[in-house]
Amino acid sequence: MSDSVPGAESLGRAWLNRLAGVPGEAAFGQPSVIYADAKLGADTARFVAVAPDPNARFPRARTGEVGLEEGWTLARLLRETRTADDDTPSRRPIVAVVDVVGQAYGLREEMLGVHLACAAAADAYAQARLAGHPIVALLVGKAMSGAFLAHGYQANRLIALRSPDVLVHAMGKAAAARITRRPVEALEALGERVPPMAYDIQSYAKLGLLHQLVYGVNAEAPSEADVERVRAAVQDAIDDIRRRGDTDLSSRLTSPEAQHLRAASIEARRRLAQQWDADV
Amino acid sequence: MTLAPSPQDFERFLARKSFIELGAADRAAAILDPGTARVLLGPFDRLTSPWLPLQGITPQSDDGVTILRGQIDGAPAMVASIESRFQGGSMGEVSGAKIAGALELTLKDHLKGAPTRPVILFETGGVRLQEANLGLAVIAEIHAAIVALRPHAPVVGVVAGLVGCFGGMSLAAGLCSHLIATPQARLGMNGPEVIEQEAGVAELDASDRRLIWSLIGGAQRAATGFVDTLVEDDADAIAQAVRAAFAAGVGAPARTEQVEAYLARIAAYDPAQPADPLAMRRTWGEGEAA
Repeated sequence: MSDSVPGAESLGRAWLNRLAGVPGEAAFGQPSVIYADAKLGADTARFVAVAPDPNARFPRARTGEVGLEEGWTLARLLRETRTADDDTPSRRPIVAVVDVVGQAYGLREEMLGVHLACAAAADAYAQARLAGHPIVALLVGKAMSGAFLAHGYQANRLIALRSPDVLVHAMGKAAAARITRRPVEALEALGERVPPMAYDIQSYAKLGLLHQLVYGVNAEAPSEADVERVRAAVQDAIDDIRRRGDTDLSSRLTSPEAQHLRAASIEARRRLAQQWDADV
Repeated sequence: MTLAPSPQDFERFLARKSFIELGAADRAAAILDPGTARVLLGPFDRLTSPWLPLQGITPQSDDGVTILRGQIDGAPAMVASIESRFQGGSMGEVSGAKIAGALELTLKDHLKGAPTRPVILFETGGVRLQEANLGLAVIAEIHAAIVALRPHAPVVGVVAGLVGCFGGMSLAAGLCSHLIATPQARLGMNGPEVIEQEAGVAELDASDRRLIWSLIGGAQRAATGFVDTLVEDDADAIAQAVRAAFAAGVGAPARTEQVEAYLARIAAYDPAQPADPLAMRRTWGEGEAA
C-alpha cells in the first residue's frame, strides 16, 4: 500500500538530484523514469530512479509504482547505457536510486503484461552487470516487491540508509495480512521474532544482503555532509565490486550476516553442488 | 472445434495422461527421458524451511521444490519443479535456493563445456509471505541465474496450472527463452486477490474466474505473445514441447529483449479504454490465434 499521494515529493528524485548535483532528466521523455550523469570519484556515473508522475497515462502508475511504461523504459535506458559502453575499456558505474512503492496493480497492467515489463527491466540491469558495469542499488525509500525486483535487486551491491523511510518487503502490510489471513498487528508482531518478515531496514540488514547500512543520515532532509557520506558509501561499493571483479550476486551469500540468517540458502547450494555429478 | 468429436478424438482424450494432476516429482520425471531421473536434495537431506516452524507451520522435507537431473533427448538436463500442494508453491528461502542453486550449477556446467538443459516447472503464487524478504531475495537470484544462462542454452519454462505463476516468479517465467502453458494455466504479476486488495473491487472482482482467465489464462497469453507454445494438459505433449524448444536452440532475442516493440505497443494502447482481451488478441496477436 502506498502512503504517498500523487505529486508528493519523491525521495528517489530528491536523492538522485542531490547525488548528481543536477536535476534528473526524463528518460526518452518518460517523466517517471529519470536519470542523470555525474562525476563520482574518477568516474562519470549514471544515476537512475523511478519517480511519481501524477499525469502518467496509466492511472495505476502515478505514485512511484513500476508499471508498464516504467519497466520497459528502464529496460531501454539500461540497455542503451550498456551498448553505449561496448567499446570503452572501463564501463561506467550505474547507481539505481530506489524508492518504489510497488508494481502497478491493475487489470490493464495484467492484461498488457506488467510482469514482462518488470522482467525486462531486471533483465537489462542483469545484462549490464554481467557486461561489467558496477551497479549499486541505493535504498533511500521504499523497496517494495516486484518494483524492487525490476529496479535495484539485480545490482552487484545493495546499500541502504538507516532511516524509518527505508523499508524492503514482498507485499504491503494490508494485502499480506489478507493473503496470510492474519490481522495487521499479528503480522507486525511476527516481524519482531522472524527477521525476514519484518518491514524495517535494520531487520533487513541482519539477512546479510546489504553491502552497507549507512547510519546517521537524514533521508528526508539531508545536509551536504549527509550527501557526501552517501556518495562515499556508493563509491566504496563500486570500489569493492571492481576489486573483487564479481559480476554475479554471490556477495549476498558471503557476508558475515548471511552465514547466520541465510545459512539454509548456503547449505542448499553446498549440498546441490555435492550431489550434482555424484553417481548415486 | 465446431465439428462433432470423432471416435479418434475420444481415444486421444482417454489416452491422455494429465500433467496437472501429477505432483512435482512426477511432473519433472515426465519431462526427462524415461529411466534417467535422479533426485537431488531428496527427503533424507532434511533441508526444510527454518522459518515456518517459528510460525506454527509444519515444514515439508523438500520445501515444495524437487530438483531432478537426467536427460532430455539423450543430453544432460536439470528440471526444477515446484509443488503447488505445499504452501501454494510459494518461494521460501530453501525452495528458492534449490532452484537458484540448480540454475547456477547448470551455468557452471556450460562454462566448463558440459552443456546441461535447464527446465523450470512453475506452479507458484510467488514469494512465500511467511519468509517474505528471503523469498524476494532468492527470486532476484533466480532472475540473475536465468539471464546469465540464457546465452548458453534455452531456459525452458512450463506453466501448467492450476495455481499458475504469479508475483516475482512471473518475472522469472517472463525471462525464460521459451515458455509453454496449458489453457488451465494463468500467468500474471499480481494475483486477483492482491489486485482487489490494492486497487479495490471496482478494478477487479477476484471471484470472477471467467474474466480472470480471459485476461491472463494460458490461451490468452499464447494468443498475445507472452507464451510461446500452448499445449493441452497432457504429459507427453508437454514433454514434446520441451524437446522442441531445446531442438530450436539459442537464437531469437528473448521476449524481455524486444524492448522497442513492446514500448511501441504500450504507447499505442489507450488506457482510457476498458480492458478488452479479444481486442488485444487482434492488435498484439502474432500469427493470429483462431
